[in-house]
Amino acid sequence: MSWMAWTPVTAIFFGCVALMLLIMGLWQAASPTIPRRGFLPLVTTRGDRLFISLLGAAYIHLGWLAFTDASIYYASGIAVVWLLVVMRWG
Amino acid sequence: MNKITNNKAWFLVLPVFFIVAISAIIPLMTVVNYSVQDILDPQTRYFVGTEWFKRILTDYRLHEALLRQIGYSLSVLLIEIPLGIGIALTLPRKGWGVSACMVLLALPLLIPWNVVGTIWQIFGRADIGLGGYFLNKIGIDYNYTQSSVAAWLTVLVMDVWHWTSLIVLLCYAGLRSIPDAYYQAAKIDGASRWAVFRFIQLPKMQSVLVIGVLLRFMDSFMIYTEPFVLTGGGPGNATTFLSQYLTRMAVGQFDIGPAAAFSLIYFLIILLVCWVFYTVVMNAGQRGEQ
Repeated sequence: MSWMAWTPVTAIFFGCVALMLLIMGLWQAASPTIPRRGFLPLVTTRGDRLFISLLGAAYIHLGWLAFTDASIYYASGIAVVWLLVVMRWG
Repeated sequence: MNKITNNKAWFLVLPVFFIVAISAIIPLMTVVNYSVQDILDPQTRYFVGTEWFKRILTDYRLHEALLRQIGYSLSVLLIEIPLGIGIALTLPRKGWGVSACMVLLALPLLIPWNVVGTIWQIFGRADIGLGGYFLNKIGIDYNYTQSSVAAWLTVLVMDVWHWTSLIVLLCYAGLRSIPDAYYQAAKIDGASRWAVFRFIQLPKMQSVLVIGVLLRFMDSFMIYTEPFVLTGGGPGNATTFLSQYLTRMAVGQFDIGPAAAFSLIYFLIILLVCWVFYTVVMNAGQRGEQ
């Protein structure tokens, strides 16, 4: 696996993504999602909202890097809040 | 009636899962790993965090290439989609003409990208190419190696020539799936040609058009071979699109880390645009059905 040039940070990142998918799969099996409409202008399932929040999180980090020199951890904090808001009210 | 659930069918998906994992997911994970490191050689690499992303996001050459790429993809869609629909509407519905048209339209699609680039490179030359020679003869100063406008137009026309057929074939398939009863009802109601197109043909072509637009957007946004063969990205940087800039960085300069960061940003742009487009069109389709 050394050709994949793993680092601890990326390993944790992909571990979190895998864990998220696993939890979503188990959650779906335990209580199937019901499509609904929140503040987002479209009907979404739980998986849709996770996808939207992850994509949004990526853009929050890119925007942060492009427009400010402040620590990237602030962007991560905003991204976590964004994820929770979209999953709950999106 | 109780619905029978058999989860064993998931095992049938496993081969596809493994193929996608090897061809897409593992390379993508590797690119993410590369994007946070300075790789000097396979054994020597240093963690640099988000440095490459910051450098790429503030690189004015990337901004220029991105604007060129967006302009190019929009031009391709604005020309190929209406033209493809228009040609599909004029194709015969029965008889020997159908087969003849299908074969003729499929021909450009069968030609490999680098051959298309070579064909147009020769075709556009003023000394030995029919197109370039003809344009110069009628008084148009056309030289795609010196003029940015000529280079742009040549790359655009080449793409239209190569890929409009795909839209035509998709639209034609959509049109053929409309039952005659719809046309008969429209005729009884005295619907105009425009009304038939707007309320019968266009809605029925919607799903194939979504596929067509997505395919053409993604493909034109990733275009590499044809402009590389035709103009080499020039004159200057006039036809240097994102993929060419990326290849130059990754293979030419061997800047693996910045190139990986660039690839991820490129991937996120395509993912966002495709998702927005797909969602908007599918939502519009559902509203239309209601």
